[in-house]
Amino acid sequence: MQAIEEKQDLFSGIKRQFAHTGNFIRFAARFFREVFLPPYHRREFLLQCFKTGYQSLPLVGTTAFIMGLVLTIQSRPSLVAFGAESLLPGMVSFSVIKEIGPVITALICAGKISSRMGAELGAMKVTEQIDAMEVSAINPYHYLVVTRVLATTLMVPVLVIFADAISLFASFLAVNIRGDLSLSRFFTLAISRFDFIDIIPAIIKTFFFGFMIGMIGCYKGFNASQGTISVGRAANSAVVAASVSIFVVDMIMVQITDLL
Amino acid sequence: MNNSLTQIIYDSNEIDTVVEIRHLSKSFEQNDILKDLDLFVQRGENVVVLGKSGSGKSTLIKCMIGLIQPDQGEIRVFGEDISAINYRELNELRKRMGFLFQGAALYDSMSVRENLRFPLKHNKRKLSNVEIESMINESLEQVGLLDAIDRMPAELSGGMSKRIGLARTLILNPEIMLYDEPTTGLDTATAKEISQLILDMQRKHKISSIIITHDMHCAKMTADRVVMLKEGVIEAEGTYEELEHSEDPWIKSFFI
Repeated sequence: MQAIEEKQDLFSGIKRQFAHTGNFIRFAARFFREVFLPPYHRREFLLQCFKTGYQSLPLVGTTAFIMGLVLTIQSRPSLVAFGAESLLPGMVSFSVIKEIGPVITALICAGKISSRMGAELGAMKVTEQIDAMEVSAINPYHYLVVTRVLATTLMVPVLVIFADAISLFASFLAVNIRGDLSLSRFFTLAISRFDFIDIIPAIIKTFFFGFMIGMIGCYKGFNASQGTISVGRAANSAVVAASVSIFVVDMIMVQITDLL
Repeated sequence: MNNSLTQIIYDSNEIDTVVEIRHLSKSFEQNDILKDLDLFVQRGENVVVLGKSGSGKSTLIKCMIGLIQPDQGEIRVFGEDISAINYRELNELRKRMGFLFQGAALYDSMSVRENLRFPLKHNKRKLSNVEIESMINESLEQVGLLDAIDRMPAELSGGMSKRIGLARTLILNPEIMLYDEPTTGLDTATAKEISQLILDMQRKHKISSIIITHDMHCAKMTADRVVMLKEGVIEAEGTYEELEHSEDPWIKSFFI
């Protein structure tokens, strides 16, 4: 009897997850239907760019600096053992630009931006502010979701480029703790390992990361049920779902890049 | 007065009927909230909807403005069947309606001025900034809160929030107002002021109103007609005075 109940719970859980996924796809599809439609809420879009981009710079910069520093210091002994110390700038830049920089920055943005959006829209939903927009003949999806998702889609790549630059600068400082390498020589060695074509997929995937971070934050907030507890739940689940989605998108993008 | 009799009366005056609800049903999961409900509202009329918590009052007005999709039935506002029109047409209809939420639902990231400017900017795009400012001032003056123009919603009391919510709604000059428990959570004096404001607005702008309330003082002050909901159906209907003198124990329980 207990086994049957557990089986039913499992099936209803799976069914619920499918329903959530279906709802999310519908929610995201609406973005593409509405993104080019007027009216264009320029002020709200710019405000979201400011909140998403500019206000994330200190956090992203700090973590990127530590990331570059630690990666360089920890990689150095292994390369020295093989007498390949000169490969250090190239190895660090390759790791940072192709994988670690985009993924770590996106995860930090998931924590900071997705949770903010989940909580903000969740609170608006619970206090009927979204309904108030709806009854005032203002499309809340267009005003709240389109502007936010567009802002994260465009700002996360900018943050990733910023984080990569800070990381490489930190790596340069780390190299110079034990050695003596000029900045221009460091960047020549760092870039020598790259073809331009290597950078493109790393940049493209950051747009998808940004889209997922914004979309999941907004979806969770927009679908908060009644009650203040759901606001916390929306923020929390937005971070978890956005973080997982970053790894999934990364995996898919790596597979696609590998095939090309 | 029973439903069929009401319908005959309103069918004979259909030109003046701004809201027609026929056979409206709505359920959430297993709970039937509204059951085959009929309601008609005349132009310039204040209809108060009374009923216990969970009787479907808020669901009724949310269906009327398209926030909740009914399961069955027809809702006509200004002759338009709201379930048969698209989103853009529904928004055009919403511009002629106002909704005052129970908690006022002010945008908490905006000041009072911005709260009032927001619907104007989006719905009346041809207005100049000077015209908008003058309308904001006029609207706040009507509710007696011009001093609060630069305050944030968090700095307002419950009564002030309700007044600002009312000003924000009335600034678009609606022809129909839907009030969701406008006096709930307010002290007696403030509740009376809000009720008086509702009445003044109706008289001044000839607005038709549907007022959901538990507050019998508010009902007495504002109602041209009272509709009493019980478990999703209209149990009784009439003027406040008619219902006040009813012998029905359930109706009497509201007026004690």
